Amino acid sequence: MSTPTARRRRLGEHVTAYGFLCAALVVFAVFAWYPAVRNIVLSFQEVNFVRGSSWVGLENFRRLLDDPLFATAWRNSALFTLYALLLGFGVPFVTALLINEFRHARAYFRVLVYLPVMLPPVVVALMWRWFYQPEGGLINEVLGTAGLPTPEWTNSSSTALISLVIASTWANLGTATLIYLAALQTIPGELYEAAELDGAGIWRRIWHVTVPQTRFVILMLLLLQVIATMQVFTEPFVMTGGGPEDSTVTVMLLIYRYAFVYNDFGAASAMSLLLLVVLAVFSAAYLRVTRGQQK
Amino acid sequence: MKRRARTRRCLATTAVLALTLAACSSDGDGGDDGRVTLHINGQPPGTDERELRVFEAEIALFEEEHPEIDLVPHEGFMDPETFHTRVAGGDLEDVFYVYLTDPAGIIEQGYAADLTDHLDDVPHLDQVRPELHEVFQDEEGRQYGVPTANYSMGLLYHRGLFERAGLDPDAPPTTWEEVREASAAIAALGGGVTGYGECATENTGGWHLTAEIYSTGGGVAERDGEGWRAAFHTPETVRLLENLRAMRWEDDSMGSDQMRSCEDVMVQMGAGQLGMYLGAPDNLPTLVRQYDGDYEDLGLAPVPDGRGTLLGGEGYMINAGASDEQIEAALTWLQWRFVNPDAVERRIEEAAADELPVGLPTPPTPDIWVEGEIRESVEALKERHANVPVENVRPFMEGAPTVEGRIEPPRAQEVYAILDNVMQGVLTDEGADIRGLLDRAEDDVNRVYGS
Repeated sequence: MSTPTARRRRLGEHVTAYGFLCAALVVFAVFAWYPAVRNIVLSFQEVNFVRGSSWVGLENFRRLLDDPLFATAWRNSALFTLYALLLGFGVPFVTALLINEFRHARAYFRVLVYLPVMLPPVVVALMWRWFYQPEGGLINEVLGTAGLPTPEWTNSSSTALISLVIASTWANLGTATLIYLAALQTIPGELYEAAELDGAGIWRRIWHVTVPQTRFVILMLLLLQVIATMQVFTEPFVMTGGGPEDSTVTVMLLIYRYAFVYNDFGAASAMSLLLLVVLAVFSAAYLRVTRGQQK
Repeated sequence: MKRRARTRRCLATTAVLALTLAACSSDGDGGDDGRVTLHINGQPPGTDERELRVFEAEIALFEEEHPEIDLVPHEGFMDPETFHTRVAGGDLEDVFYVYLTDPAGIIEQGYAADLTDHLDDVPHLDQVRPELHEVFQDEEGRQYGVPTANYSMGLLYHRGLFERAGLDPDAPPTTWEEVREASAAIAALGGGVTGYGECATENTGGWHLTAEIYSTGGGVAERDGEGWRAAFHTPETVRLLENLRAMRWEDDSMGSDQMRSCEDVMVQMGAGQLGMYLGAPDNLPTLVRQYDGDYEDLGLAPVPDGRGTLLGGEGYMINAGASDEQIEAALTWLQWRFVNPDAVERRIEEAAADELPVGLPTPPTPDIWVEGEIRESVEALKERHANVPVENVRPFMEGAPTVEGRIEPPRAQEVYAILDNVMQGVLTDEGADIRGLLDRAEDDVNRVYGS
C-alpha cells in the first residue's frame, strides 16, 4: 500500500506528462473534435453568423436531395474512386515489384518515384493542366509528333474525369509504392527460392508468394485509398472547376461550393455529414483489418 | 532540485498555453479620448508599392482633416472564401470592401448595417448613378452600402491584331455577327493567335453568358409574383449561342482550350495572342501591370449588340455591429475617399506623378456619376491629365450612356454555376444541343428560385 507522500511524489513526477497530454487534448478538442461536433449541429440548422442560427430539422438534407448536382457529385466521386483503384492501385504495386527486382540503384528509383509526392498538390494540378492543353500541351505535342490521336483531355466531358485520375495517380503513387516496397522486403527470400525450386515462374511467384505475403498491406492501402479518393478536391478545383458540364464535380467540390460560393453552410455541413457517414464505414473496415492483424 | 525543475517546466508549459490562448482571443479596441475608431479594409498589399503609398497618404490626410476619426487599415479586399468565417469569428472590419456581386447576399444575411437614415446629409451621394445605388438596396429600397466604382462590360480588343488582320481598330465590331467575322479574320493570322476568347470555369462562364444575354436585350431572371423565374431561354439566346458555336467549331477561331478562367484569357490578351473578349475597363490596367500588355495595343468598345450591359464594380458596406457613431464616421470616410469630386484633381495629379494610369473610367476617375455638372468636370479633368491613349476607350465611353446598365440576377453565383454548363457545353461539345442545354439550365435555375 502506498503512502500519501509516495502518491504525491508519483503525481508530481507525472505532472509534466499530464501537462503535455492536456496540451494535445486541447489542440485536438479545439481543432478536430469541436469542429466535427459543430458540423453535425450546423447540418440541422439554417446558419446565420449575425442573427443566430435556427433549427430546420432535415430541411438541409431535403434541399440537397432536390439538387440534381447531389447525385452527379456522388456518381463522379464514386467513379473517380473506381478509376483511381483500377489505375492507382495496380501501378504502385507493379512499380514496387519492379524496383524490388533491381539489385543496384534501388534507392535512386525510390527517390525518383517519391519525388512527385514532395510537390505541393496545387503545383501538380497546375502542371497537369498545362500537360493536358489540347494545343501546345506536353501530352498532345508528344502524341501529335508520334502521329497518334490527340484527345481533348480536360476539355471534354467524356475524358475529363479520367484525366484527373491520371494526374492524381502520378502525384500520389510514391507513398503507396514505398509502402509496398517495404512490405516486399519483409518477405523471406527462402520462400522465393523454394518456389523457384518447385519450378514456379515469375507470375506464379508473384501470385503465390508476393500477393499472400503482402495481403494485409494491400487491403490496408485499398481502404486508405478509398477514404482519400472519395475526398478528392484539389484536382477538380484547380484543373476543371467541376466542368465541363459538371462532369468533374465531386462531393468535396460541391461542399466547397455550398459553403464558400453559395454561403449555405447548413447544406455544406449536411453534405459533409453524409460524406462522414460513408467514410466512417470504410474507416471501420480499416480499423477492423488493422486490429485483426495486430492480434 | 528535481521537483523545482519539474515545477518550472510545468509553469513554462502552462504559460505557453495561456499565451497561445490569449493570442487567439480578440485584441479588443474602441475609441479613446472620444475618437471613433474604424477598422477598414481595402489596403493594397505591400507588393503593390505605388498603390500602398497612395493609400497610406490618403489615410494620413483624412485623419489630419478629421482628427475625431481614427482609421485602422487592414490589408485585402473581398475574399469570398474567408468572408463568412470572419463574420462568424467577429473579425470582419467595420467598413468592408465588396464587389457588386456580393451585396444582395450580405443584405439578405444581415451582415451589413442599414444606412438609409444616415444618408441624407452625405454630400454628393445623390449624384451617383441610381442603378449603382440599387445594387446596395433591399426590396424595400433601404440602402446598405456605398458604390465606389462601376465597370460595365464592354468588348475589349487588341488593336495591334486588328491592324495585322486588316481590320480597322477604330471601328470595332458592334454586333455579335461582326464579332464572328473579326474573330475569323484574326484567327487566320495563325501562330497560335485566336480571334475571340471566353471564360468558362468557376462561374465566369455563367457570368459572361449573362452579360451576353443582356447585350441582346434579354434577361436572365424575371419577376414571378413574389419570387423569380428563369427568363433566358429565348430565341435571342439561342441565336447568340449558335453564333458562339459557329466561332468555336465552324470557324475554329477560338482555339481548342476552352476550360479557362478569366485570368487565362487575360494572360493571352496581354501576350498579344487574343483578338477580343468581353471585359470591363478595370481589366486595362491589370492587363498592362500584370500581364505585360500595352495601353497602345488595347481598345475598349461597347458590348456587341448594345441593348444592355451587365454592371459590375465595387463599393463598401458597414458592419451590422457598428454603432451609430461608427456609421457616421464610416460614411464620412467613404464620401471623402470615394465620392468626392473636390479631391478628383488632386488625386489625378498624384496618380500621374506615381505613373498610375489616368484617363480611364477607373479610379481615380471611376465612372460613377450621373449626367451633370460633376460628371462633366471629372471628364474634363480626366481628359486634360490623361497619360494613357484615351482615344482607345472612346468608343466605350461614348456608347456607355446609351447602353442600359443592368444588375446581376438574384442568387447570382448559383445561377452562374448553372449557366457555366451552357457555356461549357457549347464550347467543348461540337454536337451540343443548345436548346437542350437551355432547357436543363432553365429547370435548374427555377429550382434554385423555388427553394
